[in-house]
Amino acid sequence: MKPLTSPLAALGRATLGFLAMVGRVAIFAGQSLSHIFRPPFYPRELLNALLNIGYFSLPVVGLTAIFTGAALALQIYSGGQRFSAEAVVPQIVAIGMVRELGPVLVGLMIAARVTSSIAAEIATMKVTEQIDALVTLSTHPMKYLTAPRVLAAILVVPALVGIGDIIGIMGGYIVGTKQLGFAPGAYINNTWNFLETADIVSSLVKGAVFGFIAAVMGCYHGMNSGRGAQGVGRATKTSVEAAAILILAANFLLTSFFFTS
Amino acid sequence: MIELTDVHKSFGPKKVLAGVNLTIPRGESMVVIGGSGTGKSVLLKCILGLMTQDSGTITLDGEDTLRAERDAFLARFGMLFQGGALFDSLPVWQNVAFRLLRGSLARPWPEAREIAVEKLRRVGLTADVADLFPAELSGGMQKRVGLARAIAAEPEIIFFDEPTTGLDPIMSGVINDLIREIVVEMGATAMTITHDMSSVRVIADKVAMIHGGKVQWTGPVADMDASGDPYLTQFISGSAEGPIEAVR
Repeated sequence: MKPLTSPLAALGRATLGFLAMVGRVAIFAGQSLSHIFRPPFYPRELLNALLNIGYFSLPVVGLTAIFTGAALALQIYSGGQRFSAEAVVPQIVAIGMVRELGPVLVGLMIAARVTSSIAAEIATMKVTEQIDALVTLSTHPMKYLTAPRVLAAILVVPALVGIGDIIGIMGGYIVGTKQLGFAPGAYINNTWNFLETADIVSSLVKGAVFGFIAAVMGCYHGMNSGRGAQGVGRATKTSVEAAAILILAANFLLTSFFFTS
Repeated sequence: MIELTDVHKSFGPKKVLAGVNLTIPRGESMVVIGGSGTGKSVLLKCILGLMTQDSGTITLDGEDTLRAERDAFLARFGMLFQGGALFDSLPVWQNVAFRLLRGSLARPWPEAREIAVEKLRRVGLTADVADLFPAELSGGMQKRVGLARAIAAEPEIIFFDEPTTGLDPIMSGVINDLIREIVVEMGATAMTITHDMSSVRVIADKVAMIHGGKVQWTGPVADMDASGDPYLTQFISGSAEGPIEAVR
């Protein structure tokens, strides 16, 4: 009997383990949100997190967006030529960047840059007993470490997405006007007239959700890291993987919510 | 007074504490010794509430530590961690004054800085160290900063976890003397965990040896050498022969 049942037992164990982890992450995310609204507050930590997550992510977000927008314009022009639709480059670049590529790419860049750094920093603090030191100094680690980072990410990632959207559209504009022969005024008019409020709102909401996911994953895996350098490395890697997958899954759900009715 | 009664703590199948009974009277310096992995740090973390014991009670002045109001309870403690546990992202003075910059003990920044510089001076560091970051300090300096942080808010009880680990003998001597001076000067209750016998002789009023998850021997430091306890005698002499297994 055993050879037949052991794969099922292993599957059962894996399923239970996965569900337990989902539960732990959900509780951690709820606690993170609740600590944002309950004192004591740490404004300096919030300011630091706003700078680290927002301001210092601008170069990577800007460069990612401009090259993506430029490549998107070339792809749409070349694909559109097959059925004489190359004139829709401004509209498709705009809708592509604002609805999908802007939020997703910024989310993934934040996962790579910010989630990893939060996880590594907090995990290192854990293995060097800095988290225990916080407790002995009457400071709640979730209030001091998690709440400011999560709040900062919720506030600042939508702004990064907005900036990424604009820079991405600018990338398309530069290629469209310098390489593909579009008139500058017409390109901007077509972009502006085509976008709707719902496109921009969905983009910013996605930014807030992705920022929340990125920060929570970094904090959760950092706080729950194993011992030593290997523990820190594993926490960092797992946090980025989890954040990237959750961001893509959340993107699908949010797109369904905003655009399928 | 800190009182531990029949404290048990296990990690999976491994019993680390198996019925610890220990009393640390107010104003005394208790040093807990024992081999690596015998649960000394776990004991200390259970008292502070960083870990919860599986069974048994720990009281501080008669109040169960698990029921005490956390902030008020922790405000009575200062702790020097084994590796210093200084916050990398903060300059030295903000590490020292951490408790004085936030929470119920918060003071204006200039005043907190002044206290931090004074505490740094007390542990033998000059004011120009205040603006450095922990990564710029040597191991001995980090221990001193950790010590300054532990005493910054003038706690009633101070815990020292392996205060001389990783330091050369001279620096160990300096740290031991500092700890003794500060504890006496502040009239604090102190609990130190170490396996450095030179620390024991300088810091301790009383000694407790942990072995097999229990207190094997406890008594005044003056009685330690003539205790007649084979476990303690082997530990003091550092001999591989005796009741304590060398391979654990």
